[in-house]
Amino acid sequence: MAAAESYPEELRYHEEHDWARIEGDEALLGITWFAADSLGELVHFEPPEAGSSVTKDQSYGEVESVKAVSDVIAPLSGEVLEVNRQVVDAPETVNEEPYGNGWLVRIRLTDPGEADALLDASAYRQLLASQ
Amino acid sequence: MTHPFLALTESDREEMLRTIGVASVGELFRDVPEGVRFGRELDLEPALSEQEVYAHVAELAARNADASRELSFLGAGMYDHYVPAVVDAILQRGELLTAYTPYQPEMSQGVLQAIFEYQTAICELTGMDVSNASGYDGTSVAADACYIAKHATGRGKVVVTEATNPQVRQVVKTYAAGFGLETVEVPHRDGVTDPDEVERAAAGAAAVIFQQPNFFGCLEPAPELVARAADAGALPVAHVDLLSLGVLEAPARYGAAIALGEGQPAGNFPSFGGPHYGFLAAREEFIRRMPGRIVGETLDTEGERGYVLTLQTREQHIRREKATSNITTNQTLLALGGLVYLTWLGPQGLRELGETCLSLAAHAKQRLEERAGLEPVFADQPTFKEFAVRVGRNAREVVAAARERGVHPGYALGRDYEGMDDVLLVAVTERRTPEEIDRLADVLAEVAR
Amino acid sequence: MKLIYEKSQAGRRASAVPRHDELPRPGVPEELRRSQPPRLPEVPEFELVRHFTELSTRNFGVDTGFYPLGSCTMKYNPRINERLAALPGFARLHPLQEEDGAQGALELMWRLQEILAEVTGLDAVSLQPAAGSQGELTGLLLVRAYFAARGEAEQRRKVVIPDTAHGTNPASVTMAGYELTPVRTDARGNIDVDDLRGKVDEHTAALMLTNPSTLGLFDENIEEIEQIFHGAGALMYYDGANLNAVCGISRPGDMGFDIVHINLHKTFSQPHGGGGPGGGPVAVRGILEPFLPVPAIVRRDEGGFGLDFDRPQTIGKVRGFAGPFGVFVRSYAYIRMWGPRLREMSEAAVLNANYVLARLKGAYDLPFDRLCTHEFVLSAKTLKREHGCTALDVAKRLMDYGFHPPTIYFPLIVPEALMVEPTETEAKETLDAFCDAMLAIAREAAEEPELLKEAPHHRPVRRLDEVRAVKRPVVKYGFGEHPVTKGEAKAVVTEAPQGV
Repeated sequence: MAAAESYPEELRYHEEHDWARIEGDEALLGITWFAADSLGELVHFEPPEAGSSVTKDQSYGEVESVKAVSDVIAPLSGEVLEVNRQVVDAPETVNEEPYGNGWLVRIRLTDPGEADALLDASAYRQLLASQ
Repeated sequence: MTHPFLALTESDREEMLRTIGVASVGELFRDVPEGVRFGRELDLEPALSEQEVYAHVAELAARNADASRELSFLGAGMYDHYVPAVVDAILQRGELLTAYTPYQPEMSQGVLQAIFEYQTAICELTGMDVSNASGYDGTSVAADACYIAKHATGRGKVVVTEATNPQVRQVVKTYAAGFGLETVEVPHRDGVTDPDEVERAAAGAAAVIFQQPNFFGCLEPAPELVARAADAGALPVAHVDLLSLGVLEAPARYGAAIALGEGQPAGNFPSFGGPHYGFLAAREEFIRRMPGRIVGETLDTEGERGYVLTLQTREQHIRREKATSNITTNQTLLALGGLVYLTWLGPQGLRELGETCLSLAAHAKQRLEERAGLEPVFADQPTFKEFAVRVGRNAREVVAAARERGVHPGYALGRDYEGMDDVLLVAVTERRTPEEIDRLADVLAEVAR
Repeated sequence: MKLIYEKSQAGRRASAVPRHDELPRPGVPEELRRSQPPRLPEVPEFELVRHFTELSTRNFGVDTGFYPLGSCTMKYNPRINERLAALPGFARLHPLQEEDGAQGALELMWRLQEILAEVTGLDAVSLQPAAGSQGELTGLLLVRAYFAARGEAEQRRKVVIPDTAHGTNPASVTMAGYELTPVRTDARGNIDVDDLRGKVDEHTAALMLTNPSTLGLFDENIEEIEQIFHGAGALMYYDGANLNAVCGISRPGDMGFDIVHINLHKTFSQPHGGGGPGGGPVAVRGILEPFLPVPAIVRRDEGGFGLDFDRPQTIGKVRGFAGPFGVFVRSYAYIRMWGPRLREMSEAAVLNANYVLARLKGAYDLPFDRLCTHEFVLSAKTLKREHGCTALDVAKRLMDYGFHPPTIYFPLIVPEALMVEPTETEAKETLDAFCDAMLAIAREAAEEPELLKEAPHHRPVRRLDEVRAVKRPVVKYGFGEHPVTKGEAKAVVTEAPQGV
């Protein structure tokens, strides 16, 4: 069962509907409720390899529902430390908990300053409202 | 003026124009700029009635020397196997013939289930885990395999044996240009392929494509070729004859990653080259890279079993520029013909068919030697239903002379292979009889030397 | 309904294959020999016929009823075509037969080429591609070859495609090694020429366009578009999927297009066969003729017709032999039954579509307020907003009324899209019945939405769980290990949302 719509205050958001939870020099990345809701129940996550690098604004993987496929865009640059196997095995976790167990990858940040360019929750909500 | 394919009457037209709110049909095209309007009548011959078109087109048909008018031993990739009447009976059912791709599964359970059964049959024959719903023909599915291999391995080269059908090789080369792939050929040695040469060529290759039986009708050392390709990290791709798979091993069992080929021998008439179907099957790990339609089984809201197109995110209508292929319309009806044929044949029939082809072809080889003094070119190689024989002079002249006597003796290989201007490729299917083979031998005895 | 494999009983068979046990049989070397027989079905002939007959009754074709799939042109498939394609002189003719033994077939192909050149307003034709998609790829390979011959291959890497394009267009672009430049559609449903101007330059190889577009609208700026592309030295490719709208009215060659593919299974009546076969011949301007696939069908000076392989600049082959010949027989016969009256075919197609549009546009959202051509797009977005009923729900409910649904969720720029193409071969009563059903469904959405949400009610299956089919793909019968196939009822709402 899918989560109710929310955009937690403590996260930072990218206009391509991805979020980052920054913890020191690491971050968890995922897709927002809006993205998950638009796609419908996720059936597949194609992750990057651990150890590979991700670049801000570029795709680092793909998520699929029955009828759609979408690139997942990195809000920040870094090195992939861990891929969330729970999502690989049960992609619908993203619909249930987009910000909790539905995180996609953990990265070590290569340029923490990039976070300044991201949107906070209220700015992201405004972006959604204007679409 | 009415037309048999229109229902529109004058009064229909008037009423409809009124509802739309325009004065004439011409006004419906008011958005077409003057500068691009076609200002005259199409320069085409006047419309014919059904009776007239039948007479005209039947006259064109009558001017062709087809296999009902000429005893034919022509093969080379397209074969005169017997197509039972049930195939046409099923394919002419309007609910199947005139339906389109089953995007709305509740309207199309007939086609979807049939494709599921077809996919099962192809997997059974080839030993593979997944088959698609068909590709265009036996040449373009080889190109599809190159696309799969390119993305699966990240490598930029594909290897094809010279003993693979020349048209398959040509189509692979044409597509490879767009894929950014280099193609490399491994020459045949006495009608088959040397595994050592494959191993050398396969270094850094995405795929190695070979044919079994090959274009010369010879049996390749398939397990060896596959092993050498796999050792080099290339995907082994077997281009096979479905009707040989009652007596020859399933490609998956000797390690092929992909099995594909031309489906025509199984249930389609030659029809001057098409339409037919290409089949493509692969091991489980490639399922998400497969091009084309795939049908999967599922349940409906009442728990009843049903069928749907699945893994559609691979396809063009969703993944667009990143799709596994641009294919949309494929060859469903012809693949359905293949399914009906294979169901008619059954596993015993398939084995018997293979054995009969082996017997008759071997018998023909022997009779040509005995009665016409013609020697097989690759005498040391086992063959299936086709073999190459050396005639005394230019093979095309032999074909012409034989046809004057009502027999088409086979394909002149000189068109595709250097140094083989005097070689004929003779195909013998289960439709041929020992008497017909003797007639071939006698005709060749007259014209071949 | 059972699978044919579930009806199989060991020892039954339909076939009788000639045996020759009197002849010696060469053995197959052991390492090449079949180890396990394939588990093909074992059924007698009448069980086979019953099984496939039953399958056909669970299917809906144009022969069954109205099938308004947009951009598919589901018109009547004349039965005379089937009789002609089955003549032994065609069906049993081997493609490698000597030329003098295939003159009837070669003449038919040559005549079809001449006809397609006239209909498209271009100079040369190849019948080889097996479907529209293959025609598209062929066209792009021709573009590549053309610019390579001029030394401009590296320079021109981009192909422009509108956001309304069918998914095959961008997929073909990638397969041909090009990069995609998308261009927007404006509020009138035409290509946004302002957006276009900035995107076409000396790095552009070609435009790929359908005209009329997938919105069913004729591009009013086509002349300016032609100047932009040819002015930049680029080529123009026409996706012929919508040719049914303009035969004898406006020719793609006259619009400025240099390469056209035609869908023989759309405009020219080849039956769709549940997903194929089709035919995707390409017609080109003279400058591109040298690059066409081999063999070319030619008329010989000494009389008769032949296959010409001597084309040094050819792109090669995209398909075996000269193409799907049986499809040519059908399309050729079909066109000969119209002649210059093909114009009336297109006029009737456009009239039928505008009539249905006029009756429906009050009840559904109309994204572009113009006359349409042979198809049109409406939207169910208000139905969704006010009653929670989507285009998918409308489509499923139409099945209860005995109609095949139109195309849904395409083109991508229209939310909750319904793309309707009636074709010319429908009587006014059929169109009225369809419109009555669509209007009734719009009312039902407001008053009894569950009727839509739980539809269809009267098909062989209810709504199918497509999520299950993807998460646990079962793509062949598992024999002894087939997964449980009757299970718990599950609520399935398989919306087809757009990707983010």
